[in-house]
Amino acid sequence: MLYIRDLRVSAAGHEILRGIDLNINAGEVHAIMGPNGSGKSTLAQVLAGREDYEITGGEVLYDGQDLLQMTPEDRAREGIFLAFQYPIEIPGVSTAYFLRAAVNAIRKHRGLEELDAMDFLGLLKEKMSLVEMEQTLLNRPINEGFSGGEKKRNEILQMAMLDPKLAILDETDSGLDIDALKIVANGVNGLRNSERAMIVITHYQRLLNYIIPDFIHVLVDGRIVKSGDRQLALELEQKGYSWIEQQLQGGQPVSS
Amino acid sequence: MTEARKNFYLENFAQYDQALASNGQAWTRPLRQAAMGRFAELGFPTTHDEEWKYTNVAPIARTPFQSAQRTGSVSGSKTLSAALTAAAIPSLVCVQLVFINGYYAPELSTLPDVPQGVEVGSLANALSSRPPWLEAHLARYASVDDQAFVALNTAFMEDGACVYVPPGCTIEMPIHLMFISLAQGAATLSHPRNLLVLEANTQAQVIESYIGLGHDVYLTNAVTECVLGQNARVEYCKLERESASAFHIATLQVQQARSSNFVSHAIAQGGALARHNINVVLNGEGGDNTLNGLFMATDQQLIDNQTRIDHVMPHCTSREFYKGILDGKGRGVFNGKIVVHKDAQQTDARQTNKNLLLSQDASIDTKPQLEILNNDVKCSHGSTIGRLDENSLFYLRTRGLGEEEARSLLTYAFASELVNRIALTPLRTKLNDLVLTWLPHSQRVKEA
Repeated sequence: MLYIRDLRVSAAGHEILRGIDLNINAGEVHAIMGPNGSGKSTLAQVLAGREDYEITGGEVLYDGQDLLQMTPEDRAREGIFLAFQYPIEIPGVSTAYFLRAAVNAIRKHRGLEELDAMDFLGLLKEKMSLVEMEQTLLNRPINEGFSGGEKKRNEILQMAMLDPKLAILDETDSGLDIDALKIVANGVNGLRNSERAMIVITHYQRLLNYIIPDFIHVLVDGRIVKSGDRQLALELEQKGYSWIEQQLQGGQPVSS
Repeated sequence: MTEARKNFYLENFAQYDQALASNGQAWTRPLRQAAMGRFAELGFPTTHDEEWKYTNVAPIARTPFQSAQRTGSVSGSKTLSAALTAAAIPSLVCVQLVFINGYYAPELSTLPDVPQGVEVGSLANALSSRPPWLEAHLARYASVDDQAFVALNTAFMEDGACVYVPPGCTIEMPIHLMFISLAQGAATLSHPRNLLVLEANTQAQVIESYIGLGHDVYLTNAVTECVLGQNARVEYCKLERESASAFHIATLQVQQARSSNFVSHAIAQGGALARHNINVVLNGEGGDNTLNGLFMATDQQLIDNQTRIDHVMPHCTSREFYKGILDGKGRGVFNGKIVVHKDAQQTDARQTNKNLLLSQDASIDTKPQLEILNNDVKCSHGSTIGRLDENSLFYLRTRGLGEEEARSLLTYAFASELVNRIALTPLRTKLNDLVLTWLPHSQRVKEA
């Protein structure tokens, strides 16, 4: 579904991603871990279409299409969803209004009939129970005055509403207490299926106790330096990122 | 050239003044003569005048406007019905006074029963019948001393709306004053003059609409005086939607007695050049004033907002909140002055102006000014100029909204903060529609 080859990305003349290779198939959940500043969020933003970065090399194919040539909205309409690390507050636009505009933009693109107010509300109520979100939040402006947990739940709600093929969760766990983390993880697990792929970006192993990935990749300094299964996350938890960084500096091949 | 045009107004006035001697309005002659005398001294303002620094009125000074003529019955004209439809506020049950080119059109107006003692009608009629409140208040507040356009209006005023609310009376029904300009061949000029007198313990809602269609060239030079007695409450709204080639100069003068409350919503979208002056004098203790404003300029439009709030007496509160949206080569001006006089202790004044630039060529000049002559006050002011937030745009686009749609939605959100301050539902709905219609690519925003 997603094929990334030697992706190189710079911002303000500074190379952040220095040759990423990654292959993701439908139904798979890939976790990307890494220390601060390793390029995790940049990868997420570039995949979603952020224009502030300069792509200096490599390619990204999504269902065989050149993803990097597509606008952010076309990527969304084709099924890519990014749950933001820091969801944006937008005063003056109610959450419900925004969700309906988004759902219908995507449905229209997929050749489906747009939802009227009634059908939309029905779908929304169903999905809200998934993330245990209170209905009063819907009438509030997007993310304005939401707690950290409410913002993250709102992201997962949007994901559920938009029914993506490839979901990218950028540090959806950061800043959440354990109860909120469980709710978010349950929401995500409820959306796992054989058609949908997910990229779960996280700094901490903790999230991966609740969302069990098929693959784990460790990103350091703009490169994936190590890939493995769930064991790798536990090892990282014990030994810390410095373990990998030391191996890299020592010039040793990384092996566990 | 400007001098020649000034002489044109002076000569016109001489004729007009003669006519007044015999039409029963001789009592207004001293007022008018003083005003014209002052205009002769002032002339049209130039950009050397501090208050006109950003707005060049030379195009007004050099245009040979003809005085608008009172038209006979124009009902049935297609442009008129288009203008009436555009100006109408659907499902608003109201007292409605319609003016065509500045002249009252009774056949188009709706005057339902109003509470006893309330008087709603035309200035032309009041000038002839001379009710006591007219002489007591007309031209007593809007100063001709340093306002050339007010001076011109005062010299030439003929018609407009008069509302008198006797003590203790509440008018439940909003009053909608609709000023429609229709092309009369040459560029025309009208001087609408309105007087709203609210005695003690009264309440009223007044809407002023100015509307023109297409590219008709004309000048509306309007003055409204609004006098609030003790404990009077007024909610006022102005919708300025002049034609794309029109000039609009207007002054709203508000005089507030003790414990009175005045709220204004000034919405400006129209005209090639529009200047909105609001002067407020808080002249009694405990007065409360709120000025909300939303101006939207595009193409080559210039919309200039000048407000001045004088805190003369103690314990008064003023809140001012203006937002500007500038697109195309549109220009905006916000010049807000708050003057706290020596005796106005415990003044609480806040002013905010936020502006959104949607294009590279759009511009805004914003100038908040505080002049504080005593120590016991709480005053703040702030202004911002910005573009649409890139993070918000990206967020919306990652949810499938197209770029233009996302821009419209964010612009709408910026404006809606002011729209939502309007309590009267039909008016708020109307304004919401006006904002949406103004936005490019708003179709989907409207549907959602």
